[in-house]
Amino acid sequence: MASEFRLPALGADMDEGTIVQWNVAPGSVVKRGDVVAVVETDKGAIDVEIFQDGVVREIVVQPGTKVPVGAVLALLEGAEAPSATVARLKISPAARKRASELGIDVATLQGSGPGGVITLEDVERSPPPSQAKAEPGVEPKAGEGMREAIAAAMSRSKREIPHYYLSTTVDVTPATDWLAAHNASAPVAERLLFAVLPVKAIALTCGEMPGFSGFYREGRFEASPAVHVGVAVALRGGGLVAPAIMETAGKSLTALMDDFRALVMRARAGRLRASELAAPTIILTSLGESSVDAVFPIIQPPQVAIVGAGQVVTRPWVVDGTVQARQVVTLSLGADHRVTDGRLGAQFLARVAERLADPGSL
Amino acid sequence: MNREQLAARVLELVTGIAPDVDPASVIPGIDFRDQFDFDSMDTLNFAIALHRELGVEVPETDYSQLASVDKCVAYLAEHVS
Repeated sequence: MASEFRLPALGADMDEGTIVQWNVAPGSVVKRGDVVAVVETDKGAIDVEIFQDGVVREIVVQPGTKVPVGAVLALLEGAEAPSATVARLKISPAARKRASELGIDVATLQGSGPGGVITLEDVERSPPPSQAKAEPGVEPKAGEGMREAIAAAMSRSKREIPHYYLSTTVDVTPATDWLAAHNASAPVAERLLFAVLPVKAIALTCGEMPGFSGFYREGRFEASPAVHVGVAVALRGGGLVAPAIMETAGKSLTALMDDFRALVMRARAGRLRASELAAPTIILTSLGESSVDAVFPIIQPPQVAIVGAGQVVTRPWVVDGTVQARQVVTLSLGADHRVTDGRLGAQFLARVAERLADPGSL
Repeated sequence: MNREQLAARVLELVTGIAPDVDPASVIPGIDFRDQFDFDSMDTLNFAIALHRELGVEVPETDYSQLASVDKCVAYLAEHVS
């Protein structure tokens, strides 16, 4: 039985890509997880994996062609029908009519309406078929494309998600002391950055409180059984990506650090995998040293929560009735009122803060 | 290694970590962070590279002495045998 291999969704802010290279040809045997193509996007080149076993029957989209998310890239034989990858098509009647007028294949469109319905706006935003081919020389610069992609995703987030925000400042002196001692004794390649501590604290807390880790799709929330914490990585040319550290909760801090380092390196070199961009079930945006105290982060749809961490700073802090100089960090939570409310959000953030104050728990 | 050789090596390692930075554009007297957003991850990777390539293990408490090409050269001149 033949099935279609489509360009997978690559996160909220990416809706098209240009095939730059195929690693397979008709007749190639593929296994789930194989990187079969390289796709150039606003977020750099991305390795696209296949989600099923089979044999490639036909390459539908040739290198150099720009296609929207959901477009059929290749046909496979001997493959089981993919489950989640081909969603039932939902489209408004007006959108269907307009698509037919413009000669657009509605199967290639991503719906932004309620429950993922393809709206008239989605159709009109879509490039007409004649322009869907790559036009060398008129491509926008990567930076501009990424800025547009981020703007579109964040506009959608603020339009669709009723955000609420919470913040708390936590004394992390035990954690920074522990980190300094670890880094003084560990070989240089095994040193840790502070950011892996909140990554682990978030993952463990998501395991206890499932309303913050998962996806809101087609009008309802589905908690993700596995927690994949995405880490926001700033790119030097401007812009950012948030690839996932897969199966975060079960990893040691050292393993998380190795994954984090590899992700940053590949993000900046433009070699992320499609699955890493689509996987985050919640994101941590960490502002790092010499920045500011707090961030009020915007959720990346279809996720329902995002945690922010400001810089770690020395501040006067009351400990046992006396004022001491302590290392503190302000954590913030942006969460989705369609799924949780401030009371639950406060419990979530307080639990993350507790874990961060007690590095032994990580 | 003399100072020029050290500076060339530092530049090579830094641009290895930040391949998007043009080596010719790096100003030796200005901190990497102020020139091209060198962050804590880059600094850690730089320390790892110094250990791997030059055999120098820079403690975390000395990271501030690796902030620019000039500072690195001064630091390494003392620590590279």
